[in-house]
Amino acid sequence: MAVAVHEKKQVLDMAALRKDFPILERPMNGRPMVFLDSAASSQKPISVLQTLDHYYRHTHANVHRGVYQLSQEATDAFEAARRTIARFIHAPTDKEVLFVRGTTEGINLVASSYGRSFLQPGDEILISTMEHHSNIVPWQMIAEQMGARIKVWPITPAGELIWEAADELMGPKVKIVAITHISNALGTINPVKDIIELAHSRGIPVLLDGAQAIPHLKVDVQALDVDFYTFSGHKMFGPTGIGILYGKEKWLDQMPPYHGGGEMIERVTFEKTTYNELPHKFEAGTPDISGAVGLAAAVDYMESIGHEAIGQHEHALLEYATEQLLGIDGLRIIGTAAQKASVISFMVEGLHPYDIGALLDKMGIAVRTGHHCTQPLMDWYGIPGTVRASFAFYNSFEDVERLVEGVKRAVQMLA
Amino acid sequence: MSINDIQDTIAEEFALFGDWMEKYEYIIDLGKELPLIEPQYKDEDHLIRGCQSKVWLHADYRDGKIGFTADSDAVITKGIIALLIRVLSNQTPEAIANADLYFIDRIGLKEHLSPNRSNGLVSMVKQMKLFALALQASH
Repeated sequence: MAVAVHEKKQVLDMAALRKDFPILERPMNGRPMVFLDSAASSQKPISVLQTLDHYYRHTHANVHRGVYQLSQEATDAFEAARRTIARFIHAPTDKEVLFVRGTTEGINLVASSYGRSFLQPGDEILISTMEHHSNIVPWQMIAEQMGARIKVWPITPAGELIWEAADELMGPKVKIVAITHISNALGTINPVKDIIELAHSRGIPVLLDGAQAIPHLKVDVQALDVDFYTFSGHKMFGPTGIGILYGKEKWLDQMPPYHGGGEMIERVTFEKTTYNELPHKFEAGTPDISGAVGLAAAVDYMESIGHEAIGQHEHALLEYATEQLLGIDGLRIIGTAAQKASVISFMVEGLHPYDIGALLDKMGIAVRTGHHCTQPLMDWYGIPGTVRASFAFYNSFEDVERLVEGVKRAVQMLA
Repeated sequence: MSINDIQDTIAEEFALFGDWMEKYEYIIDLGKELPLIEPQYKDEDHLIRGCQSKVWLHADYRDGKIGFTADSDAVITKGIIALLIRVLSNQTPEAIANADLYFIDRIGLKEHLSPNRSNGLVSMVKQMKLFALALQASH
């Protein structure tokens, strides 16, 4: 079958850009490495590494309440990072930008604090079939505690939410909708603006799991009018251990603190403690200062490339890879939504994803195999898991070609 | 043969392979051979759930020795299972409990026995040793 080769539209200067990511030059299993697991964790540009190094060499002290210059400088760097991120996601005020450890903690915080304040027995929490375990388990935990229950928004075989179901699903008992912006296993970009509009028309707040969206899309929390938006630094070219929870002040003000400790208090006596203001009320203990500063450097880096160029390049990679992979006999792509990010999950008929992944590893190609922390989704498809290749802007068309060659060779060996 | 004799033999066999592809083709062939376990033991009770691949393990104690049979839904995992069974099956509980499985490292397949892979193999080896320890304690 003749396949029309998709135009390899080059919008980025790949040679220069890849130099910013020194790890991409290392070999894996004796071959030049092809890194296609950025959806699990992305690599870091030199500017982020240098920022971390500089911070620890020149600026580090504990933040807030220090009476000396160094502590003031560390506090300034930390709070400047918060402002950078507020600007990046277009938050109306940096009070609404909380530093957390990552998406998982962001969701746990909302599930726990919002849940304890607003959930009553019999209430419902609406999630979807395609959620990551991080956007399932925290809700199950609080549901059990409060006597609430989880409702699941079904999907089509292509991996899109069944929109017609929305009207009935968002009934009067639903107290929060928690949906992923982009599916980590399928790549589906959900119609989040429409979801938020519908939910708000019924007075229901919405949390978006932005872990997979933030490395790819321009996120504007005001344009979305989203109530909670959470993401991880390490998936957007920043350090591990730092993430963001954006929350509207009107909700955060009504929610109790998540963790207790230093920093989050106004006054403590053994009888009673009054809490600090936002955002500090939710940031107990010494924060990940270097992580925050490093995350701001990652934001600066992404902005220097530009969302438009990132989007165009990744879209071209996605189209090229989809077309090339579909040329392999027996290969089936799981997740064929009309709106997709640069994530391709696939299976090859009769072959186990683990076997394909293990052989690709020997060829220097890093992919993820398994259920991608979405067991209910895999059960829904009736499959044990998939092979997932995820592309970031630092991936090249050659990376796609190495993947396709590698899969062909693995299929040959396993067939 | 003792466990270590078998391990040394396997290491010698693997030394003959020219590159990783030959090695993996051999493991894949091992994995494709007939099931290593009776169908009635491929059930929930015998299942060791790895994140990546599933493993079924059955143990039989006869004449002072433990016989293992096992299977996996992934062919590379199954090929490695075939090697592990060759080494550990039909040995005494004491020998199995005390076995140091150095051959996996020597034939360059260590990564498949890393907890990071979560393919069920680490749990399988642990389970095999637990069987052996339990039998050792009861005899």
